[in-house]
Amino acid sequence: MRITCPLCGARDRREFHYLGCAVYLDRPGPQAPPEAWEDYLHLRDNPAGETRDLWQHAAGCGAWLVVGRNTLSHAVLSVRLASDVRAGAQ
Amino acid sequence: MRYSGFRLLAQGLTGNRGWRPVWRDPEPKPHYDIVIVGGGGHGLATAYYLAREHGLRNVAVLEKGYLGGGNVGRNTTIVRANYFLPGNSEFYSHSLKLWEGLSQELNFNVMHSQRGLINLFHSDGQRDAFARRGNAMINQGDDAILLDREGVRAILPYLDFEQARFPIHGGLYHPRGGTARHDAVAWGYARGADSRGVDLIQNCEVTGIDIEGGRVRGVQTSRGPIRAGKVGIVVAGRSGQVAAMAGLRLPIESHILQAFVTEGLKPVIDHVVSFGMGHFYISQSDKGGLVFGGDLDFHASYAQRGNLPMAEHVMEAGMTLMPMIGKARILRSWGGIMDMTPDGSPIIDRTSVDGLYVNCGWCYGGFKAVPGSGWSFAHLLATGRHHDPAARFRLDRFARGDLLDEEGTGSCHNLH
Repeated sequence: MRITCPLCGARDRREFHYLGCAVYLDRPGPQAPPEAWEDYLHLRDNPAGETRDLWQHAAGCGAWLVVGRNTLSHAVLSVRLASDVRAGAQ
Repeated sequence: MRYSGFRLLAQGLTGNRGWRPVWRDPEPKPHYDIVIVGGGGHGLATAYYLAREHGLRNVAVLEKGYLGGGNVGRNTTIVRANYFLPGNSEFYSHSLKLWEGLSQELNFNVMHSQRGLINLFHSDGQRDAFARRGNAMINQGDDAILLDREGVRAILPYLDFEQARFPIHGGLYHPRGGTARHDAVAWGYARGADSRGVDLIQNCEVTGIDIEGGRVRGVQTSRGPIRAGKVGIVVAGRSGQVAAMAGLRLPIESHILQAFVTEGLKPVIDHVVSFGMGHFYISQSDKGGLVFGGDLDFHASYAQRGNLPMAEHVMEAGMTLMPMIGKARILRSWGGIMDMTPDGSPIIDRTSVDGLYVNCGWCYGGFKAVPGSGWSFAHLLATGRHHDPAARFRLDRFARGDLLDEEGTGSCHNLH
């Protein structure tokens, strides 16, 4: 499995650290109800198919990435800088 | 048909022409009191104990493939009760006691072999942690012996004790730990459930869950609709998808775990050895293959196959621990889908839908739990009350912050 870092190019999976579902980008605010934290920390759609998760190019540039993947085939479908994804969401 | 030495002899002398299929292949009936979704180890054990302990025989197990074709046939067969936390400790203790009588109970040889399990430690801090764990196991009524380096050397002389990174200081020895024949457990429970009237329906995929007025009424399947009084979801790595049919989200992320086996060798590893610092554990099957594995590949996956980096890591850990393993040749590797929870502990509970129950989240420790899980889930389905040893495996413990984090690694699905 290879992931194309937007800054460094295509690299081996060994260079990347997996954090989890990309929901980790959507941290609830300080006034959020407990249910929001339950969604954020625990509950998952857990799709068999396309998913988005957070990886860090830990042994490379250190950038956090939002990686679109297929959980059935391990195909990497898209890679974006997490900072771009967050800027786009605001 | 009961198995016995006499029957084996008689069949052997008459050309083995008298054996019959050990379970029926029934058509689904329009209605069951209880429908179990998933014909793996946990689902079959649940059906068995529903019939055996609670006298409930109008029960069906729906399996989309064939019985025992999922994780119960893909695991590394280790059976142990070396848990520490209240909630886990009593559950796995109960499960191990069921294992110890299982072959007699099922009249089916599950080849449960209590060859002993050794968890190695490599520092003073780890020694303290294992001493504490051992005391917890003894307090639970199970067995644990803290071995120093020479104690480990006496039973595992082939380890590399002086390795630079993780020199072996000792180990926690759990003599009642061991292995079992994984397929036989599924087959034994299937036969026992079938003979008590449970319908085991294969090639029957559940495609929908019927809910009316907040209560489950049945399931839609590839072989037609089936009405049910209660439905239990026991589908391991597919839990999220089946629960979604009822509009539920679960605290589950499915991950890939790999395992490996070498060609058959003469007896060389007599115990189960766990090298936690290298994420490596190993035993030898009765067929002679060295069966070993490591940690998750760490990313969500349904592929049932792993990636090369973790395969390399496992091989390196094996070479670090026991250099002799380099002489063995790998026969094959495979992967299974692990239903990982945020705290690494399972869920046996009702859901927000009346009559709908879940048994999931076994992470990569489900095999040893099969008898206990089936027993406790059957108890919950039959009586509506939690079975005491499994009473803390609640679905709402995450929202309440009452986690059962055995490894203390934090609330993240892939860290357990």
